[in-house]
Amino acid sequence: MIGEFTKGLIKENPVLCLVLGTCPTLAVTTGVKSALGMGIAATAVLVCSNSVISLLRKLIPNRVRIPAYITVIAAFVTIVQMIVKAYAPSLDRSLGVYLPLIVVNCIILGRAEMFASKHPVLPSMLDGLGMGIGFTAALFLMGSIREILGAGSWLGFPIPFFDSHPVLIFILPPGGFFVFGMLMAAANKLNKAASEKQSACDSCPMSAACKSGGEGAHS
Amino acid sequence: MENDLIISPSPHIRAKTSTTRIMLDVLIALIPAAAASVFLFGFHALVLIADSVIAAVMAEYISRKVMKRENTTGDLSAVVTGVLVAFNLPPTIAPGYAVFGSVIAVVVVKQMFGGIGNNFVNPALAARIILLSSFPKAMTNWTAPFGYSGMKTDAVSCATPLALTAQGEHVAVTDLLFGTTGGCLGETCAAALILGGVYLMLRRVISPVIPVVYIGTVSLMSMALSLDPLVQILSGGLLLGAFFMATDYTTSPITPKGKMIYAFGCGIITILIRKYANLPEGVSFSILIMNILTPLIERVTIPKPFNQLTVD
Repeated sequence: MIGEFTKGLIKENPVLCLVLGTCPTLAVTTGVKSALGMGIAATAVLVCSNSVISLLRKLIPNRVRIPAYITVIAAFVTIVQMIVKAYAPSLDRSLGVYLPLIVVNCIILGRAEMFASKHPVLPSMLDGLGMGIGFTAALFLMGSIREILGAGSWLGFPIPFFDSHPVLIFILPPGGFFVFGMLMAAANKLNKAASEKQSACDSCPMSAACKSGGEGAHS
Repeated sequence: MENDLIISPSPHIRAKTSTTRIMLDVLIALIPAAAASVFLFGFHALVLIADSVIAAVMAEYISRKVMKRENTTGDLSAVVTGVLVAFNLPPTIAPGYAVFGSVIAVVVVKQMFGGIGNNFVNPALAARIILLSSFPKAMTNWTAPFGYSGMKTDAVSCATPLALTAQGEHVAVTDLLFGTTGGCLGETCAAALILGGVYLMLRRVISPVIPVVYIGTVSLMSMALSLDPLVQILSGGLLLGAFFMATDYTTSPITPKGKMIYAFGCGIITILIRKYANLPEGVSFSILIMNILTPLIERVTIPKPFNQLTVD
């Protein structure tokens, strides 16, 4: 059971290993604040949608499952968006269009299709929580690197030395891609070191879903 | 009798050219422009060039060592990259930026893609663009030449010739030819750059196709857009780019036809950026864009073997 939670942190990290949710990852990580906000909002949606879809997994007909999942996800995104608008308007402004766009975040639909539709409620919740924390951690790491190097601050607090020499390119799109690539390389290296003795299939982040015979949901 | 026969696979006749020799020729060709930059902008220019070269060579050595690959500092390509990075800096900049630029050029643009012959854009140009978008203020702080000569306590800031022409002011051709204008270290003295370019062409290190078509396109286009062609050719980084950066073997097409398409594209983009875009100078962006298009140009200009049958 605990494995369902921990796999999202590094081995199947949604951003760095499964390469899902790239768009918000690149767009909102110019600062730590918006990166954390996006991560927490997506985690909340993920945990809720995973549990509800798992509850409904025997009721949803196979043919219309994708529209059904999207409806559930959209409902939770709307709730989260209203809460953020009401209690954290500055975060709402800095996330902009990316907050409602959580609806089409591949991680959330991907977990619904690959996990929640086949497993009971508790593992699905843990899977959602682990994936959400993995997503938040990756965003937090990227946001920290980009904000410290590109703006010379961290969470808005100026960092000595860096604040007098900001390297602007890190908060521009090319810098985002660069940091993303470097972090992916580091995650690959970590996973490779961990699975040195296993077969090629085991080292693949998709192996669990692949072996269980499920159709991969690459959205 | 048997021992007198030497059997060896081809090639049997080898040319004496090597990467080291080619890079040495490029360095020789860069000497006039380097000398001019030190003469025009003072000792600080020499400091920038030296720092940049040392950083580039160190970065090459260390990154090859870390990746457990053979040491390639002997081919002098890192030295050329270092000099070109320094040539693209304004004379007022602190040496730290030169070091940063060289490390980016060698580690990120060149070695991460596999080292010499595998970079997909010109390392020095990519470093220039990264520096320009990272430090827009420090990278566009120009001073007038001879600011070091002691006549004034502070260096006099001044605009580059292209910025001046964009404002409708007249720039003297002799100033452009001898480099007595504001600008990056290696780009101001047109005469020195032409001297270096002619040397490279005489030594057959570069083919004249790219510089001739590039500069020709710029002059024709500037006539068509009613700009002064001579001023457009001699100012900005055009000569430095056309002779030393657009001609990089790895990032320019192989066939003469491909070279023509490539250089024509460089010329068009350069003049369009100069005339219509927000930036005064477009040489670095145009060469970078055409570098990226080079694999596609190569694909459409594959030469047809003689007498080859076409199958429809």
